[in-house]
Amino acid sequence: MDLNYTPEQQAFRAEVRAWLEAHVPSEPLEHFDATREGFEAHREWEKTLKSGDWGMVTWPREYGGRGLDLIEWLIFEEEYYRAGAPGRVNQNGIFLLGPTLIEFGTHEQKQRFLPRMASGEEIWAQAWSEPMAGSDLAGVRATATREGDDYILNGHKIWSSRAVFADWAFGLFREPGSERHKGMSLIFFPLDAPGVTVNAIKKINGHVGFAEIFLENVRVPAFNRLGEEGQGWHICMATAGFERGLMLRSPARYQVAAKKLAELWAANKETADPGLEADVVRAHMNADAYALNIYQTASRLMAGAKIGPEASTNKIFWSEMDIHLTQTALNILGPQAELTHEAPDACAVDWIDDYIFALAGPIYAGSNEIQRNIIAERMLGLPR
Amino acid sequence: MDFTLSEEQLMFAETARSLFADSCTPDHWRRMMEAGEAIDPARWAAIVETGLTLVLLPESAGGIDLTETDFALIAQEAGYVALPEPLIESAGVAAPMLAALAPDHALLADPTATIAIAHPANPYVANADSAGGIILHDGGDAWLATPDQVTLTAQPSIDPFRRLFSVAWDKDKATALGRADWNLAFDRAALFNAAFALGLAQRSVDLAVDYAKERQQFGKPIGSYQAVKHHLASAQVAIEFAKPVVAAAAAEIGARDTQARARVSHAKLVALEAADKAARAAIQVHGAMGYSWEVDVHLFLKRALALTQTWGTPSTHRARIATRIFTQPMGPDQTFARETENA
Ligand SMILES: Cc1cc2nc3c(=O)[nH]c(=O)nc-3n(C[C@H](O)[C@H](O)[C@H](O)COP(=O)(O)OP(=O)(O)OC[C@H]3O[C@@H](n4cnc5c(N)ncnc54)[C@H](O)[C@@H]3O)c2cc1C
Repeated sequence: MDLNYTPEQQAFRAEVRAWLEAHVPSEPLEHFDATREGFEAHREWEKTLKSGDWGMVTWPREYGGRGLDLIEWLIFEEEYYRAGAPGRVNQNGIFLLGPTLIEFGTHEQKQRFLPRMASGEEIWAQAWSEPMAGSDLAGVRATATREGDDYILNGHKIWSSRAVFADWAFGLFREPGSERHKGMSLIFFPLDAPGVTVNAIKKINGHVGFAEIFLENVRVPAFNRLGEEGQGWHICMATAGFERGLMLRSPARYQVAAKKLAELWAANKETADPGLEADVVRAHMNADAYALNIYQTASRLMAGAKIGPEASTNKIFWSEMDIHLTQTALNILGPQAELTHEAPDACAVDWIDDYIFALAGPIYAGSNEIQRNIIAERMLGLPR
Repeated sequence: MDFTLSEEQLMFAETARSLFADSCTPDHWRRMMEAGEAIDPARWAAIVETGLTLVLLPESAGGIDLTETDFALIAQEAGYVALPEPLIESAGVAAPMLAALAPDHALLADPTATIAIAHPANPYVANADSAGGIILHDGGDAWLATPDQVTLTAQPSIDPFRRLFSVAWDKDKATALGRADWNLAFDRAALFNAAFALGLAQRSVDLAVDYAKERQQFGKPIGSYQAVKHHLASAQVAIEFAKPVVAAAAAEIGARDTQARARVSHAKLVALEAADKAARAAIQVHGAMGYSWEVDVHLFLKRALALTQTWGTPSTHRARIATRIFTQPMGPDQTFARETENA
């Protein structure tokens, strides 16, 4: 155990910091889920990032990455959030599908998809959920029927984040007649393919962040299947492991938020309830514990371990931490908490937006109830 | 940057685990409780023989000069069995203090002797009656006395294995040891109690899991009901997020700066919260059995309860974290930063 960064890691941090200082847009971009313009502005930012080779630092160079390890990835993320750089519009691609593609994809698939993912040229949506299959993902009904070297896709997907503007989606489809975990495959399809209809669904914050996707005889080559035919469930669980366990929520995001919260407290401490200081301390503790946990996981993975069911503990922890943190901010703000950013008295940081967003945390990426079931059954061994 | 333990560390922890698993079962405690004893001489002798009491002592005092990380792993295993003997306070806190002040002291040469410590943070001294010596505090100086050189007033604890005493003493009957590092003693005690609490917490969950697989209601094991599962899953989440904090605190305690102190405090807070949460979940899962003297969970609850308020109350530890937040730089690049760097 050595909790010091190596000189190489420190030099890497300095390199990332300098590049970001020179490139991060001075004005925040419009949210990528708010409008097409906001989305495209983020795509431009992804291209800028790629111009410095920062698209996805952990991927091999031949696939558009930098071949760095997970500790370097954490350092990159720390600097990224520290610099206040734009949110990653392609997070479904780079953080979820990417690692899975690297593990299960063929060389040709990696060459075809990863570099364009890293550059933002192709932005991805995740099309797993269906109206009748949310928590019970094995209940997916959308089908992939094999026809020679192609698949014909049919079905109805929903809650697909960013699919309104995105270019590609990765979905879970089953062989007609198959049941539950068997016969599923993970298949990629372009969102503008003939037979695909995408309808926007507004979120509670008014953004068009969700989409419903109808697929009617959509033809894609078998090349677009990730992993073996019928192995889709296994592959999706690996993706879910990355999502819950590591990539989707790097700690830096919460450390920046905890810092802003401490500043908010310092600025309002004369008027706010003194008891709230304990919550500010707690928010820092949570963010710090999360960072330590992720560093520990990264170290273990680098030493050859695999992500297991303990990934589910992360998902519960970060989602609950986010709600506690943002709610503490609202408590400090008092009557100003409800103001939107258009209000003349609005505060500089959009705590209310952050709070509303945090409320989705216990639902997406597998609801916290489902995560608790996984922990109880697969970590603790309780009966089903 | 590497957050993993070495093979030797894992092996050492494994040695402690099997020693405790064999020698410190619920049957052992129950016999001790009936006899009103807080130390089992045979077990303590085995602990001494395995070298667990020598981990933090320098070679000059006959020790093996390992680190706080190594001792924390042992403490965690001790917590898993709710070890009655004062391993932490004696070998983790008092003996290293004595070794720093008087490496040649005869007490250190007697491997089976335990040492108690009257730290200004604590009003009561644990296991003072059976100690070979008691380290006493006076304005930053340490003194040493034997139990018969001081006046002990028993202050019975809810935890049958914690024998607490008020100590009245007189300098005429004590030996001066000189200026001591009471802050280091405090930090070590808080850290090792945090590690001990991780063990307490995991044992509570494990006991409840075993019970929930066996006990049937409505024709099924209660562990198949989601409400029961979720109690235990939530406790396990608390444990999983206390573990790396304890590990980092152990690795950093030597820095002795604001960040390291905050981390030790963080470890103490969250590990004991996890122990409390787990013990209460375990009692709930056991139903009325959990409220009975016969089921072992209450011992884990009581130890957690006792350790939460000793070696710094939760508010003391929160205040140290607040100091870190409001006097040191914060942010994503500060996780492992030290007091002066990056400032
Ligand atoms: C902001 C946001 C973004 C999303 N983005 C995507 C995306 O990009 N792609 C995608 O495919 N999906 C996405 N989703 C969908 C998300 O994955 C599902 O909402 C989630 O899996 C829950 O499914 P559901 O909504 O159908 O709820 P349901 O499964 O109907 O659950 C409703 C409630 O019942 C509980 N429940 C259900 N089953 C059980 C059980 N067995 N035990 C205990 N409680 C249970 C749930 O925990 C929940 O509280 C997103 C959702 C949100 C909110």
